[in-house]
Amino acid sequence: MKPTAREQRFFAVAAAGFVAAAALPAFDDGYWLSMGITIAMYTVLATSWALFSGPTRYIALSTAAFFGIGMYTVGIGIATVPYPLLLLAAGLIGAALGGIVGLATLRVSGVYFVIFTLGLAELVRQLFTWVQTTMGTSSGLYVLVDTSERLVYWQLLALAATVYLAGWAIGRSRLGFALRIIGDDETVASHSGINTARAKVALFVVSCTFAAVTGAVLAPRWNYVEPTNAFSAMLSFQVVIMALLGGAHRLWGPLVGVVPFALIWDVISAQAPNQSTLLLGVAFLLIVYFIPHGVIGLIEKQFRRRRAGYG
Amino acid sequence: MVRHLVSTFAAIAVAAAIGGGAHAAEIKIGASAPKTGPLAGGAAVTHWPNIRLWVHQVNARGGLKLKSGKAKIKLIEYDDRTNPGEAIKAIQRLATQDKVDFIVAPFGTGFNLATAPIFARYGYPQLAVSAISDKIETLTKRYPNIFFMLGSTTTFAGAVADILSELRKKGVIGNRVAMVNVADAFGIELANAARPIFKKAGFEIVYDNSYPLGTQDLSPVVKAAKAAKPDAFVAWSYPPDTFALTEQAKIAGLDVKAFYTAVATCFPAYAAKFGKSIEGNLGAGGINPDTPEMKAYFAAHKKFIGKSPDYWASAVTYASLQILEQAIEGVGTTDRKAVIAYIKKNTFKTVIGDVTYKNQNSEKFWTVGQWQNGVFYGVRSTGRPGAKPVKVKQGW
Repeated sequence: MKPTAREQRFFAVAAAGFVAAAALPAFDDGYWLSMGITIAMYTVLATSWALFSGPTRYIALSTAAFFGIGMYTVGIGIATVPYPLLLLAAGLIGAALGGIVGLATLRVSGVYFVIFTLGLAELVRQLFTWVQTTMGTSSGLYVLVDTSERLVYWQLLALAATVYLAGWAIGRSRLGFALRIIGDDETVASHSGINTARAKVALFVVSCTFAAVTGAVLAPRWNYVEPTNAFSAMLSFQVVIMALLGGAHRLWGPLVGVVPFALIWDVISAQAPNQSTLLLGVAFLLIVYFIPHGVIGLIEKQFRRRRAGYG
Repeated sequence: MVRHLVSTFAAIAVAAAIGGGAHAAEIKIGASAPKTGPLAGGAAVTHWPNIRLWVHQVNARGGLKLKSGKAKIKLIEYDDRTNPGEAIKAIQRLATQDKVDFIVAPFGTGFNLATAPIFARYGYPQLAVSAISDKIETLTKRYPNIFFMLGSTTTFAGAVADILSELRKKGVIGNRVAMVNVADAFGIELANAARPIFKKAGFEIVYDNSYPLGTQDLSPVVKAAKAAKPDAFVAWSYPPDTFALTEQAKIAGLDVKAFYTAVATCFPAYAAKFGKSIEGNLGAGGINPDTPEMKAYFAAHKKFIGKSPDYWASAVTYASLQILEQAIEGVGTTDRKAVIAYIKKNTFKTVIGDVTYKNQNSEKFWTVGQWQNGVFYGVRSTGRPGAKPVKVKQGW
């Protein structure tokens, strides 16, 4: 698979972008670095979410379940296992669970799938709580290791680069092609001889793995892992909203949703901490009303218009 | 674009510097805690009102007394949305963007721990209140600027066992204890701490069960507990289930001589809902409401906020702000390093009595309180004077 000239240009731009992003801690290692971590985290989560949900159009609300599993892997193992191994373990556990869940649910479609994935985070949360209750340890886990904000940030950036590479590779593979057909019409896809279940499960596993590793990367930053924080349903919704705001049908779509979303929300919560939820609701309404196809839809529309003008 | 942004920030910075010069007599204090999300309800009762009351009172008397003169407090508030990532970002923003002089510790154990590295990194004192941990020693060794004052889970469980032992000695109750807990952080930790302590004290746990956080119908739990014929009922519960368990116990006629529910038993809303029927109910926390300082605090809280504070962490939160105030005034500048050193070395006069930190932990706190004639009195403490004798619960 040799990249085309257009792809090479794109690679160069992306690589430059990553290098620039990686240099952020040199300019500010306080507030803006925290902001960078928020953006990098949601970029990984939203982009890996869109890898699966973009082409298949299955809305998965299970990000928090896998994110929490990654956190707990680190929380439980940190006393005995070296941290880099835990990142690997989190990925493997996320993948394994994603596989099981995928096999069990991806045969159901539409709204059933959405509801199941929403319930999954709660199910896993209760499971972890139950295990801790019966095993007799306290339910909060301390992850007291020496880390720094910049280390967490760079790990997230590396993870983001991996997501983009994976997304690019999948996009030009037979699997990616199969998924786009499934997204357009699943019946047609299965009639064309595509093993739809296998294709969907494969991509779902990829998406879950990234969410679990993200949780594992962030656990040392949070210091303390407890079920309510690790498995917050809010996270699953935010990821979906950000990805849709950007546009889930392009690989870099979620990024253009995450950046403005994170910045706008931060301004709102800083300027009006008591009305943030209200203003956020208004912002959603405006977005849905004025840019229904996401930021990327707007960009593409402008692009087409300009081309038409020249033509 | 970048250049434009940079110049904009530069302009803001210059404006801020000029503005700062014009209002020299101002001290900036930041606070970040939940205003939305699962912990918002608790913060709205015990956290935010006390910060507002304290700022109001300090400014009403002209501000904090520094060597350079009086400085009024300017409060900057952020909502952490009950999300650790947001909490870290908010504290970063307060420290590096707003460049506040001091920061009020966040609300909740997880949030105090998540933000501790940031507090430590920028050298802000962190007077944690609503953070109950059994790892206080490890944490204070790790972070030289964090302070604890609400106690540890083991102490809370031990105090309940102590009360039950006393009642057994008097012949009021026997050995049979029914224990339930909410299956979430605090509840699990307390239940695990309590089991060996109860057994060691010679009690038989005749019913031991947990229920998930947010369970709506607790009548099966209460009925099963009643069927075990306990002499005492202990619930390591959170606010919603504290209310629900009490309600169900009343309905089912769970007639025990000692009835304990944990968090929120001390809320004025608890008494407002159940009236006289909760006479003799035991709960986590407590205060000594009869001291003149506490009476003045209750009156001021009621007047400024419009409602009474709770009978436990509210007063402790307020006390933590009094400690900060006295330490800043004792040093006379906004030198945070000196303020931290001052907090470690001195004793502070607060609404909950004198507070001295030993290895960054205040070891004198209330552990169990009891509703007696419409007031939630502290009945057990570790070194706080004024504990009332425990009364025997006489039905509902």
